Amino acid sequence: MLSERAKKEIEAALRKYPNRKSAVMDALRAAQKDKGHIAKDDMDEIASILEMRSVEVNAAAAFYTMYNVDRPVGKYHIQVCRNISCSLLGAEHLIKHMERALSIKTGETTPDKRFTLSTVECLGSCGTAPMMQINDDYHENLTEAKIDELLKKLE
Amino acid sequence: MEKVLLKNLGKPDSHRIENYIANGGYRALEAALKLKPDNIVQMVKDSGLRGRGGAGFSTGLKWSFIPKDPTIPKYLCCNADEGEPGTFKDRGIIDNDPHLLVEGMAIASYAIGAANSYIYIRGEFAFGADRLEAAIKEATEKGYLGNNIQGSGFSHNMYVHKGFGAYICGEETALLESIEGYRGQPRKKPPFPALSGLYAKPTVINNVETLACIPAIIEKGPKWFSSMGPEKSPGPKIYCVSGHVKKPGLYELPMGTTVRDLIFNHCGGMLKNRELKAVIPGGVSAPMLTTRDLDTPLDFDSLAAKGSMLGSGAVIVMDESTCMVKMALIINRFFSHESCGKCTPCRDGTPWLTNILKRIEGGQGRQGDVELLESLCTNIFGRTFCPLGDGAVMALRGALKNFRDEFQYHIDHKKCMAS
Ligand SMILES: Cc1cc2nc3c(=O)[nH]c(=O)nc-3n(C[C@H](O)[C@H](O)[C@H](O)COP(=O)(O)O)c2cc1C
Ligand code: SF4
Ligand code: FES
Repeated sequence: MLSERAKKEIEAALRKYPNRKSAVMDALRAAQKDKGHIAKDDMDEIASILEMRSVEVNAAAAFYTMYNVDRPVGKYHIQVCRNISCSLLGAEHLIKHMERALSIKTGETTPDKRFTLSTVECLGSCGTAPMMQINDDYHENLTEAKIDELLKKLE
Repeated sequence: MEKVLLKNLGKPDSHRIENYIANGGYRALEAALKLKPDNIVQMVKDSGLRGRGGAGFSTGLKWSFIPKDPTIPKYLCCNADEGEPGTFKDRGIIDNDPHLLVEGMAIASYAIGAANSYIYIRGEFAFGADRLEAAIKEATEKGYLGNNIQGSGFSHNMYVHKGFGAYICGEETALLESIEGYRGQPRKKPPFPALSGLYAKPTVINNVETLACIPAIIEKGPKWFSSMGPEKSPGPKIYCVSGHVKKPGLYELPMGTTVRDLIFNHCGGMLKNRELKAVIPGGVSAPMLTTRDLDTPLDFDSLAAKGSMLGSGAVIVMDESTCMVKMALIINRFFSHESCGKCTPCRDGTPWLTNILKRIEGGQGRQGDVELLESLCTNIFGRTFCPLGDGAVMALRGALKNFRDEFQYHIDHKKCMAS
C-alpha cells in the first residue's frame, strides 16, 4: 500500500506532464521513499493510478538501477564510488576498509538491517574524490579516519 | 579572465534569487524578451557556441531547425544527466547557481517558442534537484517564469524530471524515452528531435553548460563570445579536473587551454610531484593522451585531430604509478554495466571485453588475449545502435595503442609493471 504522502507526490507529478505515464519515475521514487524498496503491490497500485499495465511499471522499475525492486536495503544505504577518479585516489582501499568496519561484503546488509554496502559508478563528484553517498547525502574527500567518524555518528 | 559560468560559485547563498539578481541576474532575459526570437537564434549562431554535452554541435544551428509554426507545441529539454565518469561541472552550476541555468533556459525557450521545458537531472543529484525546484519557484514568483513573463506576452513553465540511475539516459533520445515513462533506450534517428522529439513534438536538447552560456551571449554579445579561444570552437569552457593533480576541481578557462597549462599552472602540478603518465581529456569515452600530447589545446577540433575528443570536458590525470590495465578494466566495466541492452554488439560485447580485462588484470591472462581484445573491438565498433558501444571501444583502443606492452607484461609475468 502506498502512503498518503506518496499518493500526494504522485498527484503533484501528474501536473508536470501532458500524459500520465510520464509520472511513473516520480511515482516509483515516492514508493521507494516509504520503505526503502519497491514491492510488487506498490507497482500494481502505481499502474492503476497512472492507467498503465503493471508490466510497464515493472519494466521501468527494473531498468533504472536506483530502484530497489524487491531488494530491501538497510536504514543507511552506503554507496561507494568505484569509478576512475575515485579509484585513482584509493577507492578500493576504502571499500575494503568499509567491509572490515561493517563486517559485511559489498552487496550485503548488516544483520541488524542498519547498513547496506554497495559500490556504484561515478556520482559526479570526481573533483572531491574519493567519495560515497549515504542515502541522499554525498560525503567527499574521504579517508579511513573520516569514514570511521561518519559510521560512528550513524551508530 | 572574467568568469561567466562559475562567477557565483563560492559566494554566500549564491542559489537565492535575490543574490542572483543583485549580481546582475535576469537582465539578459529582460533584454532577450525585447528582441525577436529569430534575432536571438542568430546571435547564438554568430557566437559560435558549440554544445558542451559532448558532440560539439552548433547550438544556434540546432535551434534554427525547430519549425516556426506557432500552432505546434515545442519543448526544450536540459540534459543534466551528467554521468560521464570524471564530469562534475553541471552539478557545480546546478548546486551553486541554479538561476543561471533557469535564465538560460527561459531565453532558449523564448527563442525556439517552447511553452514548456524539462530539466532531466540524474537521480543521485537529489540536492541539485531540490535547488532547481526552489529556483523555479522563486523565478515564477518574481515573474521570470509562468504567465506573461515581464509583460512580454511570452509564457513558460519549467519542470524538473528526476532520473533514477541510468547513464544511457544522457543520450538525448533515451532521455526523451525516459521522460515519457519508458525504459531509457535510444530511439532511431531520423526523425531527429528537432522535428519529432518529446511527445513527438519539435524538441531541443541542450546540456546544462551550453544553456548557462546563453545569458552572457545576450548581455555581452556574440562577438565577445566568439573572440575567446579558437575561432572554430570559441567561448569559455569548464574543465573538470580529477585524479593525480594537486588541486582538482572546476576551472573555467578559455576554450583551447592546453593540457600542460591546465595541469601545471592552474591545478598546481602533479600530486606528490610524480611523473605524468596519461591524461583522458574528455570523460572516459575519450581516448587517452600521453606526455607527448601535453601541448594539445583542449578544444573540439584540436583533440579530434589527435584522435581523441573534448567530450564533456572531464580531464582525468594519471601519474606513473597508475596501472593502465586496471584503468582500462574500470572504464570497460562501467560501459558494460551501463549498456542498455538494446543492441547485441554492445550488450554482449562489452561484458566479454570486461571478462578478458579482468583476467589479465588478475594475473590469469592468456597468450593471445590482447589480440582477442582487438578483434572484439573491431567487431563492436561501428555496429552499435548508439555511440555508447563505440565509446567503449575507443577508450580501450586508446589504452591498447599507448600501453600495449603493459597489457602484454601482465599476461607474461602475471603482475603489473607499474604499481
Ligand atoms: C551514451 C551517451 C551519454 C551521454 N550523456 C550525456 C550527458 O550526461 N549530458 C549531456 O549533456 N550530454 C550527454 N550526451 C550527449 C547528448 O546525446 C546530446 O548530444 C547533448 O545533450 C546535446 O546537448 P548540447 O548540444 O548542448 O551538447 C550523451 C551521449 C551519449 C551517446
Ligand atoms: S550501443 Fe549499447 S547503450 Fe547504445 S543502444 Fe546499443 S546496447 Fe544500448
Ligand atoms: S569517479 Fe567517483 S565520483 Fe566520479
